[in-house]
Amino acid sequence: MTDLTRMTATEIAALVAGGETSAVEVTRAHLDRIAAVDEQVHAFLHVDTDGALAAARSVDERRAAGEELGPLAGVPVAVKDVLATRGVPTTVGSKILEGWRPPYDATIVQRLRAAGTVMLGKTNMDEFAMGSSTEYSAYGPTHNPWDLSRIPGGSGGGSAAALAAYEAPLAIGSDTGGSIRQPGAVTGTVGAKPTYGGTSRYGLVAFSSSLDTPGPCARTVLDAALLHQVIGGHDPRDSTSIPQPVPDVVAAAKLGATGDLTGVRLGIVSEFVGEGAEPGVMAAFRESVDALTKMGAEVVEISCPTFAYALPAYYLIAPSECSSNLARFDGVRFGLRVGDDGNRSLEEVMSLTREAGFGPEVKRRIMLGTYALSSGYYDAYYGQAQKVRTLITRDFTAAFERVDALISPTTPFTAFPIGARTADPYQMYLADLFTIPTNLYGGPGISVPCGLSEGLPVGLQVMAPTMADDRMYRVAAALESAVGTFTPPAL
Amino acid sequence: MTTTLPAYDEVVARYEPVIGLETHVELGTNTKMWCGCPTDFGGEPNTRVCPVCLGLPGSLPVANKAAIEAIIRIGLALNCSIAEWCRFARKNYFYPDMPKNFQISQYDEPICVDGYLDVEVGGETVRIEIERVHLEEDTGKTLHVGGATGRIHGATESLVDYNRAGIPLVEIVTKPIPGTGALAPDVARAYVTELRDVIRTLGVSDVRMEEGSLRCDVNTSLNLPGQEWGTRTETKNVNSLRSVERAVRSEMLRQASVLDAGGRITQETRHFHEDTGDTTPGRSKETATDYRYFPEPDLVPVAPDPVWVAELKAALPELPRVHRRRLQEQWGLSDLDMQSVLNAGAVELIEATVAAGTTPAAARKWWLGELSRRANESGVELADIGATPAQVAELQGLVDAGKLNDKMARTVLEGVVDGEGSPTEIMTSRGLEVVSDTGALTVAVDEAIAANPGIADKIRSGKVAAVGALVGAVMKTTRGQADAKTLRELILERLGVQG
Repeated sequence: MTDLTRMTATEIAALVAGGETSAVEVTRAHLDRIAAVDEQVHAFLHVDTDGALAAARSVDERRAAGEELGPLAGVPVAVKDVLATRGVPTTVGSKILEGWRPPYDATIVQRLRAAGTVMLGKTNMDEFAMGSSTEYSAYGPTHNPWDLSRIPGGSGGGSAAALAAYEAPLAIGSDTGGSIRQPGAVTGTVGAKPTYGGTSRYGLVAFSSSLDTPGPCARTVLDAALLHQVIGGHDPRDSTSIPQPVPDVVAAAKLGATGDLTGVRLGIVSEFVGEGAEPGVMAAFRESVDALTKMGAEVVEISCPTFAYALPAYYLIAPSECSSNLARFDGVRFGLRVGDDGNRSLEEVMSLTREAGFGPEVKRRIMLGTYALSSGYYDAYYGQAQKVRTLITRDFTAAFERVDALISPTTPFTAFPIGARTADPYQMYLADLFTIPTNLYGGPGISVPCGLSEGLPVGLQVMAPTMADDRMYRVAAALESAVGTFTPPAL
Repeated sequence: MTTTLPAYDEVVARYEPVIGLETHVELGTNTKMWCGCPTDFGGEPNTRVCPVCLGLPGSLPVANKAAIEAIIRIGLALNCSIAEWCRFARKNYFYPDMPKNFQISQYDEPICVDGYLDVEVGGETVRIEIERVHLEEDTGKTLHVGGATGRIHGATESLVDYNRAGIPLVEIVTKPIPGTGALAPDVARAYVTELRDVIRTLGVSDVRMEEGSLRCDVNTSLNLPGQEWGTRTETKNVNSLRSVERAVRSEMLRQASVLDAGGRITQETRHFHEDTGDTTPGRSKETATDYRYFPEPDLVPVAPDPVWVAELKAALPELPRVHRRRLQEQWGLSDLDMQSVLNAGAVELIEATVAAGTTPAAARKWWLGELSRRANESGVELADIGATPAQVAELQGLVDAGKLNDKMARTVLEGVVDGEGSPTEIMTSRGLEVVSDTGALTVAVDEAIAANPGIADKIRSGKVAAVGALVGAVMKTTRGQADAKTLRELILERLGVQG
């Protein structure tokens, strides 16, 4: 039999549904693969062997009982450690939550369970999803399966690496400034950030509430769409969740896979194809544009001048929100507590806990955000950043009056060596340069592999209007059908 | 430190007070502001909590629609404008009983703004302008154990109960109220009383100050006539109507003594002490926290449909002031008489007594007379005196039926207040019924005439006024159980004199 870990989610689901293999077999194959390679990759922070096998057995029993199973039943999925999982450790890549087992499941986790997917465990991430390389995880970096000396992107490097290393066919990520798309691009996998509010944030440990968007990661566009369909949709427990059904992303992915883009108008964001990106990245992007054109798409250049201000606006808004969201990590109710020897004041214990529990990037952003929100600076920083956000939204709206979707490289550069940018936060922040505008706008974006540059994957980003997630899947699937998927060297 | 405080009259002769009130009302919704946990008072610590009200990582708030409706109704009752669009904000500060270390509140975009509440003070109407009414969440409670006092000082452990965390809290803020002069304490009390009555009428809270479902912060400042307003202090968490009045008064006296001595008032929060009536300093506003307010990104803006708001407005109940005016008219009371009813806290009691079938005059007589006297003597609120409107109506019914005379009725009422039972039961058990058996009375009358021949002769000779002495004598033998009017007629009849 072919290696189950090399299959797509679609293929696995079909085998399980047809009784050609069992969910338990599939799960064991992936657990074995994790055991074999994760020491090198470090994609996982916690592997829930017992939970995964129990979930798989339950799927097999339901199938044996003749129950109708969902389209992803029996398919293993790796979940970024940012989502609360009942009884299963959830750390957000931080020491401050070391050992915390939430008493509840995130809505997305509930939906994954209800759909019969099998949660393998929790994947590594930059602490509190702050970072672009997974080097800021308090539990050590994840390595890119394409080149173990390189970063797998961030903050969802664990999820992307698990896919590229064939440890899981599906994964969940969260995207605040590009943390699904950017790791997808540098690991040669597919990562989609849904429309903000299209997937529930309930149970997603907040970094920046107005930007955080959980979404699917997969090795193919269709797999991503299937996962998107399972986790998406209105959640009454999240006030910002959009009370509308998920656009039919699966149908859109299937339509795109036919390779016909006749009548589709695509805009290339001029600001993202200038001097910002590496030549190898631009070359792969240009070839992809040719492929899209050949499939019938009309491609035009569109200027979105305010996108240039997206990075600074993001680095005021996201830290501002995080400075408030992370205030609850104080050692009083859950997680780490340091220095409580009966002689120290509450303030001292809180301070010692936070000093020990938060890493340097988290502290940097808390300080930035605290400053930006403080009285006297609010208008100059946070207020101004919100105005920029409004202007960026206007640029998107104007662009989408002319084209169906926007395209750009996902990242300006391919996976860089571990340690290369940690000394310079600004260099690190540039990794998300092309993905951030979409978060500020709230629309969906997807990264799909479009080629290689010096042996490393390059991603192409498709951005669509809010609640038009189906459009980007169609374009991404079309490109995938033209350029194919990319297989990393064997581990 | 003991300083001699100036006399109140002198203070108000020299200074002009400006007051302001911030009132917090816990709403009586079934569930909390952001989650489905129950809001009942009491309960074992930390049994009415969930990931949302505990602020666990990943949890998110969703606004309680019943709370939004309640605050809009409060705003409408206070003549406020209702925002067509507004947002919640985060107020960031660290405190262990606040699960998220920020409070979801409202900052520059409150739901209700620019209203007023008219209150009666000393027979005059004072219009209190309302600046804003907004919605926020309550915090949990910290318990300090191991020390002697229950305060943090000396405690070995601090425990936190989050049952109250997330209960919807409405904050009602007045504009500064100048020009009340010597009446400032009375205005403050009248405002809180009226506000409490309005909210109770709306049925959105039980507004019990003693349980903390209505709490008040009192701002006070003094200035010299014609000069700018002085620096204000904020006396926190004043929790009875009487304390509101006392807090203003004592703060006026304290500030006057500081100013008289050439000192300067520090802007600060102060704590009110029920036992002494004094305030002591709390946190200085000069080192106030920077709350870093910003729009709450976890909640969508609130945009109440104007049609819905209009419906809520149309459905408001009759508010206390209007209600009282209607009653005053129905009861035929002068302003002064109505004021004494109000002062006694007897409006609802009289209303209920009338509803139980008594005339307004009789109901008023009992509640403002005998019962108010007893309430004053024992230092309880009239409503808690132990007699119900139904019992008072029953008592008056017995009087009307001629079964009790006035004196006996008072005795019976004493029994009711002392918990001996219903008026009829007490009348029976104490054997207090009016003797209306004319046969038995005639015997008693004849005995009295025989025992007082001189008085009888006086009456016969035309000095009818002397009949009182014989009435008294018969009353004595019948232990007061005769009806005086009947008795008088009977005596004259037996003496053959025309009445």
